[in-house]
Amino acid sequence: MTSTLERSELHVSDMARTATIGMRTRRLRTVLSALGIMIGIAAMVGVLGLSESSKSELLAQLERLGTNLLTVEAGGGIGAGTGTLPDEASAMISRIGPVESTSTISAVQANVYKNDLVDEGQTAGITVQAVDYSLLDSLAGTVADGQWIDSATGSYPTVVLGSVAAERLGIDGVLGTQQVWLGDQWFTVIGVLDTFELAPDLDRAALISLEAADVYLDHDNEPTRVLVRVDPGQIDQVGTVLAATANPEFPEEVEVARPTDALEAQEAADDTLTALFLGLGAVALLVGGVGIANVMVISVLERRGEIGLRRALGATRRNIAGQFLGEALLLAVIGGVGGVILGVAATALYASIEGWEILVPSIAVIGGLVAALLIGGIAGLYPAIRASRLSPTEALHTT
Amino acid sequence: MSDSVLEVVDVCKEYPTTPPVHALRGVSFSVARGDLVSVVGPSGSGKSTLLHLMGTLDRPTSGEVVVSGYPVSELSDRDLSSLRAHHIGFVFQQFHLLNGMTALDNVADGLLYTGRTLQERRELAEIELLRVGMGHRLTQQTTKLSGGERQRVATARAMVGSPSIILADEPTGNLDTKNSDAIVELIEKLNETGATIVVITHNREIAESFPRVVGLRDGLIEHDSASVGAVR
Repeated sequence: MTSTLERSELHVSDMARTATIGMRTRRLRTVLSALGIMIGIAAMVGVLGLSESSKSELLAQLERLGTNLLTVEAGGGIGAGTGTLPDEASAMISRIGPVESTSTISAVQANVYKNDLVDEGQTAGITVQAVDYSLLDSLAGTVADGQWIDSATGSYPTVVLGSVAAERLGIDGVLGTQQVWLGDQWFTVIGVLDTFELAPDLDRAALISLEAADVYLDHDNEPTRVLVRVDPGQIDQVGTVLAATANPEFPEEVEVARPTDALEAQEAADDTLTALFLGLGAVALLVGGVGIANVMVISVLERRGEIGLRRALGATRRNIAGQFLGEALLLAVIGGVGGVILGVAATALYASIEGWEILVPSIAVIGGLVAALLIGGIAGLYPAIRASRLSPTEALHTT
Repeated sequence: MSDSVLEVVDVCKEYPTTPPVHALRGVSFSVARGDLVSVVGPSGSGKSTLLHLMGTLDRPTSGEVVVSGYPVSELSDRDLSSLRAHHIGFVFQQFHLLNGMTALDNVADGLLYTGRTLQERRELAEIELLRVGMGHRLTQQTTKLSGGERQRVATARAMVGSPSIILADEPTGNLDTKNSDAIVELIEKLNETGATIVVITHNREIAESFPRVVGLRDGLIEHDSASVGAVR
């Protein structure tokens, strides 16, 4: 009795090995119970990754387009209808200190057709706009094919088509010889533009120079819209005085807008969706956790004999609890790692299809794994305690 | 006395059911090193309860159980686990082998909680499997073994690490006569090589083939063929 009792001892590596016994003998159940966690984590990582990737795309887009563009448009007041701005609006706006450049657009009351045989009613919804040469720069637009109107081509009956307008007129490339029937005149198509991110309505327009509108269509060229590039530091200040400057007589009939606001609003709407999907991911994760708890409780009931045997072989209560908790954690980690891989793969696939930069925030990956571990731990705790409290004699008597 | 591996001293066990069940009512005996003892009795005589108390899987309501010199009443639950890990080997009627593992690893798990490394455990397990005549089935999954083979593996697991005492609970209960005889023979052979073994059985014929027979009835020792060694 003087000799001291050798302690019962279980190496960490052996503890880990015992934790895998359940999953080695019940593979399908392991996969199914890890699946819940996997779906939850994949949803969360995917949603965070996609939202991050699209956000970075938006930032790049805003960087490219510049956020300092303001549009001044006629209309908006009571009975304003399709009003115009005073002739001198553009000149007046140019005189505001922080204004860097202006560009005038004047809507032309004319229609454009593929040829002179097309029925007059079939306008295909294409508008005709007389514009400054500086319009392309102001809107950060790009030419898809052909060229933009300049002072040389602008004095002739030439037209540049917005992307949608070109498609509707059946023009997919510029040969230099195509003509369209515009306001009872033939106009030569010299260019087709890419989509305008800042002015989608101009995609459906046929653009001619102010000069050509005046000469060939006898258009008065009263501005309907003025595009204003402003010192980025003074956008708000300029915004407040623009209406009164453009039309001092009826400032309430002038609408001032910032096109990039629309893009940001769209992103804000996406944020709400992101939150919704994150919520759904969290629910899936919770359900996955309940699934693991359920499987572990059943496992403890089924493996009473094994628990009894292990106690007989010298396992302490803590060893038994550790084995089952370890198994729950392992299930969750398998689900977590699988979910992260799936989420990253989904992000990479979608972002590459959209041509975005692939960005998965590390917080999503780490957070996903930590959440999986946490849920596995919580889910496994009760079954593990239950297993450890089982009396060895009772456990051995169940077959 | 100093050579005794197991001492059961005036042990009572009462289960707090309504009405309470008095499974053991003052049982005393001792097992010396190298003994081969059978405890025989009909169903309900308290055999299993006695095995659980001797195996420190349960504690007596009163009295004392001393295993390898350690009095159970003075040990914590953790200490009892240590005692089982190092000093007691079990053989069960239902074998209690773990599926999805080889015979070798099942036997090696007999030492799982002793702190030995996996390699050491496997080496000792191999020796033990050779001793019980299962050297040709080392890497076989236990689900592929016959009943007799499974009980041999289970016996090897109880033996591995040379515990002070081996407690066998109806080791032939799930076997046919031929396999049953083989297991009895194996137990006798292991005892000859120095193992101390207590076999619990309801089969009087098997019990009487062992050198010492302790008869149990209604929670009391009815007879002990070596009553000289009993502590009363």
